[in-house]
Amino acid sequence: MSIIARNITKTFGAYTALNDVSLDVPEGKLVALLGPSGSGKTTLLRIIAGLEFSDPGSGRIDFHGTDVTDIPAGKRGVGFVFQHYALFRHMTVAQNIAFGLTVQPRRERQSAEQIQARVKELLKLIQLDDLGARYPTQLSGGQRQRVALARALAVQPKVLLLDEPFGALDARVRKDLRRWLRQFQREIGITTVFVTHDQEEALELADQVVVMNNAKIEQVGTPQEVYDQPASPFVIEFLGNVNRFAALGHPLPGAGPDVIYVRPHDVDIQRHYEGEHGVRVRVQHVFSAGNYGRVALVRLDNGDTIDAELSRVRLKELGLAAGDEAHVVFRHIRLFPAGAFVERDVAADDATPAVVDAGRDI
Amino acid sequence: MSARVSETTRAGLRGHPGRIALVLTGAGAVGLLISLPLGAVFYYALREGWAAYFGYLLAPDTRHAIGLSLLAAGVALPVNTVFGLCAAWALAKFTFPGRRLLISLIELPLSISPIIIGVGYLFVFGLQGVLGPWLDDHGISMAFNVTSVVIVTTIVTSPYVFRELLPLMLAQGTQEEQAAVSLGAGAWKTFFRVTLPNVKWALFYGLTLSFARSLGEFGSVAVVSGAVRGETNTLTLQIDLLYHDQVQTAAFAVASVLTSFALVTLLIKTWVERRESVDSP
Repeated sequence: MSIIARNITKTFGAYTALNDVSLDVPEGKLVALLGPSGSGKTTLLRIIAGLEFSDPGSGRIDFHGTDVTDIPAGKRGVGFVFQHYALFRHMTVAQNIAFGLTVQPRRERQSAEQIQARVKELLKLIQLDDLGARYPTQLSGGQRQRVALARALAVQPKVLLLDEPFGALDARVRKDLRRWLRQFQREIGITTVFVTHDQEEALELADQVVVMNNAKIEQVGTPQEVYDQPASPFVIEFLGNVNRFAALGHPLPGAGPDVIYVRPHDVDIQRHYEGEHGVRVRVQHVFSAGNYGRVALVRLDNGDTIDAELSRVRLKELGLAAGDEAHVVFRHIRLFPAGAFVERDVAADDATPAVVDAGRDI
Repeated sequence: MSARVSETTRAGLRGHPGRIALVLTGAGAVGLLISLPLGAVFYYALREGWAAYFGYLLAPDTRHAIGLSLLAAGVALPVNTVFGLCAAWALAKFTFPGRRLLISLIELPLSISPIIIGVGYLFVFGLQGVLGPWLDDHGISMAFNVTSVVIVTTIVTSPYVFRELLPLMLAQGTQEEQAAVSLGAGAWKTFFRVTLPNVKWALFYGLTLSFARSLGEFGSVAVVSGAVRGETNTLTLQIDLLYHDQVQTAAFAVASVLTSFALVTLLIKTWVERRESVDSP
């Protein structure tokens, strides 16, 4: 089931949560709405679910070509998983999962045996076969999350919507559950939209990432696209660490008064460098614990700080220590016209990015 | 953390003279101000023996007073349930202008003297009141009769259920209701299967308080009932009347009934308090 949202505007009093937003979710895809808090991502999800409605006269939601704009949540055929699970505290796990089936009108309701069978099937699916009689308070966070998912799936929704599904879990459980959800979504092929403020989560999980900021969509693309070809300064800054400079220290072909971005892993450190693209730096600090080495550097020409990431092997090779002087070369940089950065609301298309592979040609 | 601190404090103070003095003072105050008067009630009530005791209780006026008090409570409780649920639900799940003011108004009967409620009632519904003459013209009497007793009792006890429900409903939020709605439950099913079960112990607790208060209410009822023996006398008024008639043993016998109701209510309340923790988020 595909989802199309057109020209959605939503205001709460004087506050604009969504400003003329349009979005297409292709059938069977796993889509992440990614953005900082207040960017409108949860509001958009709730409007898709029918838990919230766009401002009167604005916008339209289609599910698979059918207009559902005025249809309330319960009749849209969506499964919604709430950020804090919202399990019914006075019901057992099995009763929670069965809820959607038992509240159906008598004529459409399945028999008690059928409902029981369905609950059993779902318990198996979420790998909690033996916990049907427990109450939500007796479960761990990860288990509750899976019960919330099973409850949403019980009514066989055509669309699955998840609001910050891993937000309340600790790092380890989050990672496991993420992987589990990815596989699970692939298996049943249900169109899924989830909200997150965690860029790593969005990039790892989603087929398509929708980056949102200030009530607008900044960019839509595959994880690779939004990471490698960010459409705006906001996107590049939001998706992972990045160094930002006002100037490079040496001329670049076709570069005007631009803002320059370099990802830490595109910073190459060299002890001795004779080429023309190098920048002289002093080592401020070396962080050698972790999956990769990180080095904090200060440019000698203007005092800007530079973060670099490199493999532990390379770090060892270089043998850097605080106070050492070295050269850095940027393998890959990204430019945005200075105005695009100052003026956040310049449309993404105006901020035509330029890509310069400075390191490659040396 | 705080539990551990208090544990250490307790251990450190064990056997400390100050601690013993405090405990003794507390126990003494409870004994002197609560246990002794309570014991006295039962002592004086039974002073003339069981036969006399039941004789006093079964006197027609007293039986009628017990009946009237139970009637007032019997009307007040369902009204409080419906009113408390509606008001708490509306105020907890929605925000609108004037919300805080409305909460204060609903809780007003708790903070003003019951006698003022009684006088205020007469000011509106009494024969010299605002609506009284008009009501009288239409053959409706709402002062110095059973109706006035029941209505005033209901007004005085109206905040109790509400007050128990509102904080709990606020803490629980609307997420579960939203989940129910997203799963296809309509308004009634959401209310009866999610909202109500989530607050059932708080509701019960509020009703226990309401019940105790409606039986024990004196000031407002004294003003509006007219205290007609065998007609508009409630339990508390009957006790007052008998006491001033110098039929003291009878007064204590009736008082012992009221006290017993209170003690049973207290037991139920303690039991509910323990259950109530299940609902808390």
